Amino acid sequence: MEMKTKVHVEEGKQELLISREFDLPIHLLFKAYEEPEIVEQWMGTKVIKLENKKHGSWQFITTDPMGNKHGFHGTIHAFIPDEKITRTFEMENADFGPQLEFLEFEEIDDKTSKLTMHVIFRSVEIRDEILKLPFRQGINMAHNRLQEIVKKLT
Amino acid sequence: MELRRDVFQAIADPTRRAIIALVAMQAMTPGAIAGNFDSSRQTISKHIQILSECELLQQKQKGREIHYHLNALKLKEIADFVEPFRKLWDDRFNKLESIMKNYQPK
Repeated sequence: MEMKTKVHVEEGKQELLISREFDLPIHLLFKAYEEPEIVEQWMGTKVIKLENKKHGSWQFITTDPMGNKHGFHGTIHAFIPDEKITRTFEMENADFGPQLEFLEFEEIDDKTSKLTMHVIFRSVEIRDEILKLPFRQGINMAHNRLQEIVKKLT
Repeated sequence: MELRRDVFQAIADPTRRAIIALVAMQAMTPGAIAGNFDSSRQTISKHIQILSECELLQQKQKGREIHYHLNALKLKEIADFVEPFRKLWDDRFNKLESIMKNYQPK
């Protein structure tokens, strides 16, 4: 399957860009970010709070495949329907601190739209650590799979 | 025993990482690879099979012998740690797209 999501990472910069074109009209793409029940479905998280307005705040709790709970929260700085969301994002119980996210929603035509996420971290090191998280999870899960297999054999 | 062959699984195992390091130096026959380990030849052959299925190792026929050499392109793919991050977002966005295609306004 073709990968439609692009991640742009420049060496030595404390930011990254994620972009994606959707086969969705812009109002449906934006709704996926606006409605807590829909956010829960595609992010695979529980939405505790989502105040879609300037000065609003948000809080999610995600349960990983191992059953551990992870909290995420932040503040909303701008919320303009079908146009942009500016917010902070922080992982609880991690040392990364908050990151700043600029989400831009663009209409391509009446059936397609584009999202660009510009994420800024406190340092290059923190950005690289966060980028490596899914990679580490992949390795850990592979380890766990091997351990399960070994257990079954013994 | 059916296993999903992915590169993460391949590099998660210390013996397999050692095999990668060996063939990175030069193409080797299965026998020569096994000669570097205390494990049985059968065990090493299983590891080689897994690495081949992940396309980390490639076979080359040299006369009567089969030599394994490292597929550097595949290794580069693993070294590219951004890929799992991109995949994570791609999966999320694919889900978002399919949910919203079926969205019925209340």
